[in-house]
Amino acid sequence: MSSALLAVELAYWQQTVIRALVGLVAVLLPAGTLVYLFLFKMMSFMQSRLGPMEAGPYGSMQLLAEVGKFLQKEDLVPRAADRIVFKLAPFVVLISTFLLVLVIPAGPDLWFIDIDTGIFLALAVSSISVIGVLMAGWASASKYSLIGGLRAAGQLVAYELPLVLAVMGVVIQAETLNMQGIVMAQATGEIFGWGGIGNPFIITQFVGFAIFIVAVQAELTQPPFDMPVAESEIVTGYLTEYSGLRFLLFFIGEFATAGIFAALAATLFLGGWYVPGLDPTSNLFNVIGPAVLMGKMILVAFLIFWFRFTYPRFREDQLQQLAWKVLIPLALANIVVTGVLKVVL
Amino acid sequence: MTTVPDTRKLAYIAGQASDARVNVEFESDGMVLNLGPQHPATHGTLRVIVKLDGERVMAAEPVMGYMHRGYEKLAEVRTYPQITTLVNRIDWLGSFANEVPFILAAERLMEVEAPPRAQWIRTVLFELSRIANVVLFLGDMGVQLGAVTPVFFAFRDREFVLNQIEAVTGGRFHPNFDRIGGLKDDIPKGWVDETRGVLDRIRTFCDEMEDLVTGNEIFQARTRGIGVIPADVGLSYGLSGANIRASGVDWDLRRDGGVGLVHDRLDWKVWTHPDGDSFSRYWVRLQEVREACIMVDQLLDGMPSGPIMAKVPRIIKVPAGEAYVETENPLGIMGFYVISKGDLVPYRVKIRSASFNNISIMPWLLKGVYVPDVVSILASLYFILGDIDR
Repeated sequence: MSSALLAVELAYWQQTVIRALVGLVAVLLPAGTLVYLFLFKMMSFMQSRLGPMEAGPYGSMQLLAEVGKFLQKEDLVPRAADRIVFKLAPFVVLISTFLLVLVIPAGPDLWFIDIDTGIFLALAVSSISVIGVLMAGWASASKYSLIGGLRAAGQLVAYELPLVLAVMGVVIQAETLNMQGIVMAQATGEIFGWGGIGNPFIITQFVGFAIFIVAVQAELTQPPFDMPVAESEIVTGYLTEYSGLRFLLFFIGEFATAGIFAALAATLFLGGWYVPGLDPTSNLFNVIGPAVLMGKMILVAFLIFWFRFTYPRFREDQLQQLAWKVLIPLALANIVVTGVLKVVL
Repeated sequence: MTTVPDTRKLAYIAGQASDARVNVEFESDGMVLNLGPQHPATHGTLRVIVKLDGERVMAAEPVMGYMHRGYEKLAEVRTYPQITTLVNRIDWLGSFANEVPFILAAERLMEVEAPPRAQWIRTVLFELSRIANVVLFLGDMGVQLGAVTPVFFAFRDREFVLNQIEAVTGGRFHPNFDRIGGLKDDIPKGWVDETRGVLDRIRTFCDEMEDLVTGNEIFQARTRGIGVIPADVGLSYGLSGANIRASGVDWDLRRDGGVGLVHDRLDWKVWTHPDGDSFSRYWVRLQEVREACIMVDQLLDGMPSGPIMAKVPRIIKVPAGEAYVETENPLGIMGFYVISKGDLVPYRVKIRSASFNNISIMPWLLKGVYVPDVVSILASLYFILGDIDR
């Protein structure tokens, strides 16, 4: 967070503490919201049931109860497991989540780091989770975990590419890799000379947005791309041997990453913290920016979870075919078209 | 300097060469994976030992018997009316249908026939238990392929069918309602109209499934052309029910069997599908649910009045003899071979259950498929563990 907003000079350690605390909130609050709103409630309503109703009003405290339950469980490690790697894996996955949140701006002066290669950093650190998943799959000393880990590695590597290529169109249009710059480009942009709502890139980059959402779905290993954790085939894949706190970490990692990828999509394609009709440089956005971003994030997350609860899952080879034969050519074509139009117009 | 004998040198070279060959060709003995007995896809305690090369199945062997309850032996020390309690636990999702072939076999031995009204109500309950059973399959097929939502719809709508069965028999899962010579009770007042409402719900459910599952591109990609059973192979492995009808064999004992139910007086159709793959097995079952709704509608229209119990002695002693009766149950053909020596208890009861034969094709069918397809094929073959192990 920028200290300019507070109008007081803070020492470096004070800034660091504030950043750490806000970072914790920025990761856990969206994760909790998504779990309650979508996993507990929307999924239940889609499946004609009520979901949790007992803990708190409309079951809103259910998540705390679940966390309490997981904390009480025994932290089991299989006898044949590689103990250190096994115990380390969930933290590696979680680290990638926490690094991802760094680059997303929540207001004109609200950011953790503001670097020129923002989106590049985000896409780079998002691949760290592959290592954690592979570690978990290999170290569990279970055949189901091994299959799940290898499937996850193949899938995450394959879908990294469409993810990056889908973002390229946005970068070409915004002429910057900086996340703040991308938001500003959308806020100050014009649609054929009309600047009423700025120029949210979803209008011009709808192909990129679709590819991005599909690739995010695969990166999150959610249905229809949940072969790494396919519970009807390989139990729960690389999560099979985990219990208690470490399972909880994986769980938080999954939903926090879902929230952050949704926020990333909202920033890249929906204008981030900006609301049309207001001056993007006004101090107002430092106050309402996080709420606006959260609202847009929930919109995107709704899409992601809607697919999750509706579709059956692909087979491993069909998934790879979709990535290499459909998404990547489509993304490349999108880049070419965007580049040509950028030069011509 | 030590000299190395030539034989050692040659052995070393040979070892290197064989290592290189392994590295080049990636030869391996494969990995043996135990699917089950505790595995989410085997809905019960079936164990499948699969030998994998990567994700491809090299060999698969089903291991049964983890839920064997010895009903054939238990039946030898129970009187005939008591045996229905056992047999409706065989296929626990369509349990009334299990009682029918056994009761029919006993009736044939005693040479009694249930009065017309009893036969009609029997057929209604027979078809309702088919609906209750197969509706759950339609949802379960989705959940095995990773779509979590259909199964909740299935459980929701099956509940209404179970309520109707409960209203007649008093039991949701294990009615124990069929008697030698008729039925325990008549249907309650107002039941016919309620059942029509339930049938409408089931038709809506079938439409929902067609929208949600059948037309889904991923579902089609996962099931079409997967696990193809040619008709001759299916017949030689003793497949029955929707599994063989999905391979294009037009064979349904409700039409061809001529046992003591009233299907022959109804206007209905036997659905078949030429493909024989997982999708066609799913599709045929979906059509059979619709067909069962049509049948129940007709049965409710034309239900005769009269008694529901023939004249049978209070203490049932079955005359000596042998009888084999098979019916078209929800899972396939179920047959009871009853041998009586004129006692209160049967001398021997042999149960021919559908799932046992249906999954015997697994080693042939699973060779060469991928692990995810193992699950979709198992789901489409549709077995109930109680029906395999008895």
